[in-house]
Amino acid sequence: MPVDPALVGRSFGPTALVEVTEDRVAAFAAVTGTPYLAGDAAPVTFPIVVAFEAMTALMTDGTVGIELHNVIHGEQRFAYERPLYAGTQIAATLVVDSVRSIAGADIIATTSAVTDATGALVCTAKATLVHRADQS
Amino acid sequence: MNTWVEGSVLPVQSYRITRADLLAYAAASGDHNPIHSDDEIARAVGLPGVIAHGMYTLALAARAAEAWAGGSGRVRSLGAKFTRPVVVPAGDDGVEVVVTGLVRSVADGLTTVALEVTCAGEKVLGGATAVLA
Repeated sequence: MPVDPALVGRSFGPTALVEVTEDRVAAFAAVTGTPYLAGDAAPVTFPIVVAFEAMTALMTDGTVGIELHNVIHGEQRFAYERPLYAGTQIAATLVVDSVRSIAGADIIATTSAVTDATGALVCTAKATLVHRADQS
Repeated sequence: MNTWVEGSVLPVQSYRITRADLLAYAAASGDHNPIHSDDEIARAVGLPGVIAHGMYTLALAARAAEAWAGGSGRVRSLGAKFTRPVVVPAGDDGVEVVVTGLVRSVADGLTTVALEVTCAGEKVLGGATAVLA
């Protein structure tokens, strides 16, 4: 089932606030081999932790028509307003920017605003999700 | 301060990754899709075998960008398209991901870098760019 273009403009989230702890940032950095000392900014892609939750909210919403096993992450971009440090709480709110249908696939472009507990923008995380028609 | 100008070639970064890294990334990121751990499931969806999370590959590109920028908190933006899967064989050898960078512009204290990320000689990310402060 194709995704309804009326999805454009809909928002998902905000996700629950997540505390960015030194431990969590250090673990994320260690996995990717990124040097990290207490007090450093979090690795660039760390906000995917909340952005992924917002994407999951979109993909699992029963009214949207996405089948999770048919989704491929097509593109991801982060743009920072300010570095992210441990001690900050962050949440993501996703807005659907566009839905295009190409060769039987829905290309869903999204922007997640990653904000702190006061609502101030930390970074935007733009993701493109490719939803393929069921092969069966 | 660096001496980069348009056309500067940045030091090549190469990172060896194994399936153990993918399990660790799943735990750290919360992305537990089994195509990143189970060959059978990966093949069932048409992949050659277990592949790295696209976001793990992008995190390695970010690691390279941070290394070039000379520290954390200096990457203003970073992104790419996931154009080709990084297949990670079982075993301790894993695969090597190579990240190269070419300076596209230097203006107002910001350096725009085009990244090329390859695995086994094939480009795995498309349109990969970073802006460094």
